[in-house]
Amino acid sequence: MRQRVEWTPDESAPTRAEVLRLQGMRPGERVPAHIDSLLDAATAVYLDLAEPRAIVAEISAGEFAGVYRGEGLNPHETPLEAIYPNADHLALVAATVGARVTVRVRELFLRHDLALGCMLDSIASAAADHLADLLGPRYVSMTTGGASDWRVLAYSPGYCGWHVSGQRALFDFLRPEEIGITLNASCLMQPLKSISGVLVVGPGHIHRFHPTYSFCERCQEKQCRDRMASVLSRC
Amino acid sequence: MTVLTEIAESLQRGEDDRVGHLVRDAIEQQVPALDILNNALLAGMSVIGEQFRLREIFLPDVLLAARAMYAGLDLLKPLLARDGVPRAGRVVLGSVQGDLHDIGKNLVGIMLEGAGFEVIDLGSDVPAKRFVDAAEAHGASVIGVSALLTTTMPVMKAVVELVRARGLNGRLSVIVGGAPVSDAWAREIGADGYGYDAANAVERVRALVK
Ligand code: B1M
Repeated sequence: MRQRVEWTPDESAPTRAEVLRLQGMRPGERVPAHIDSLLDAATAVYLDLAEPRAIVAEISAGEFAGVYRGEGLNPHETPLEAIYPNADHLALVAATVGARVTVRVRELFLRHDLALGCMLDSIASAAADHLADLLGPRYVSMTTGGASDWRVLAYSPGYCGWHVSGQRALFDFLRPEEIGITLNASCLMQPLKSISGVLVVGPGHIHRFHPTYSFCERCQEKQCRDRMASVLSRC
Repeated sequence: MTVLTEIAESLQRGEDDRVGHLVRDAIEQQVPALDILNNALLAGMSVIGEQFRLREIFLPDVLLAARAMYAGLDLLKPLLARDGVPRAGRVVLGSVQGDLHDIGKNLVGIMLEGAGFEVIDLGSDVPAKRFVDAAEAHGASVIGVSALLTTTMPVMKAVVELVRARGLNGRLSVIVGGAPVSDAWAREIGADGYGYDAANAVERVRALVK
């Protein structure tokens, strides 16, 4: 199964809370009116320019083993290598909000419209992340027709020990050039606001691991606990 | 209230048009460009920087004030150049080759300008040689290198090595920063400094040009 997915800009728009978090505001912090208006203005620009789309392609565990090995740069032990063999389904994904938003961010910076540019950048970042959240349940319902206890989480190169150079093997299999995503020599995707990874579908408990790997110490994000909680609480 | 105080206060409120008008007035009143820069624009930005550090204001407030600063600075730049006025220092800044992330680097540039440095922004996807060539051509004393992916970090090392190969170390410092970069990495490659965020980058650059 290989499918191209498109959303309306509205569907891809992230929550205000997520955007404000990227702007450095803490949850529950009072948002001044002028920042609220700035967020409205940036959201309007985003809705005008975003072209959210993705590509999803099913992959067998055997094929994924090769993709995951990538260029052989993953650390000795990683959580995903223990998780994916227990999955019922795996699918590679790449998603983007398109290039036009990033071009506008650059233009806004060049003309010193810095606050609007930076807010638009945060919206596009959060939206790209949000696409992965939208893809998971959609893929589950595509594979199960909706009725199942399966849980899905996306894992991405660059996170949890999956070396970012793993994007090359992922791209070789997925070929997301079809939706306009390309990879440069340093494994940076263009358009900038793009994400890639694997959707891992199966019972919630397969996603459980202890974040005590060598690389966990240096991780600033520490999102794994929340991610695990999101699939385990619903088991 | 003097025109300089008025400019500083307008800047803090993010009133870019008004700052532009007031700076024009001040120039017409023969206020020296350096006074307008130091005692109005940079004084205002310094208050903003401190309020941000104390979390009294948010990132968008800093950026609105910075836009107002540029409204004044753009008018002053030709006068400062004409008068040969020395700035706090000259910094060549860019994101490394292979890296198109530039928001973080832009924020560092804005904060440096707000602290009185002259910034030559080379943009993103900048090869090591371009950093060093530009620093030599502009007589900069610091090169600021930003990278957001581990795969692009080796270019930072290439910049440090090229500075050494050309015998410029001692006169030309290299400061590095970006999400995957650390103090330990900066030391490992022999960089002169590491900035963990934009405000910290300003402190480090200040220390390097002393
Ligand atoms: C000269 O001196 C100095 C001094 C200080 C300097 C400096 C220079 N330069 C910067 N600084 C410092 O000051 C600035 C202001 O305070 C700061 O600049 P920053 O640029 O860091 O900060 C910006 C203002 C805001 N920060 C950001 O925009 C980046 C934030 C984090 C969370 C992040 C985001 C938001 C995103 N990402 Co991604 N992303 C992460 C980031 C993790 C993190 N905690 O930083 C990072 C950079 N991403 C990563 C990855 C892996 C990826 N991302 C991807 C995608 C995305 C989003 C699209 C979802 C989104 C937008 C990215 C963007 N920037 O446009 C992918 C790549 C995208 C691509 N185009 O190829 C993908 C490859 C994941 C994937 N497979 O899909 C990681 C890189 C890890 C690595 N090993 O290289 C990452 C560190 C997260 C992690 N794993 O911890 C400081 O770093």
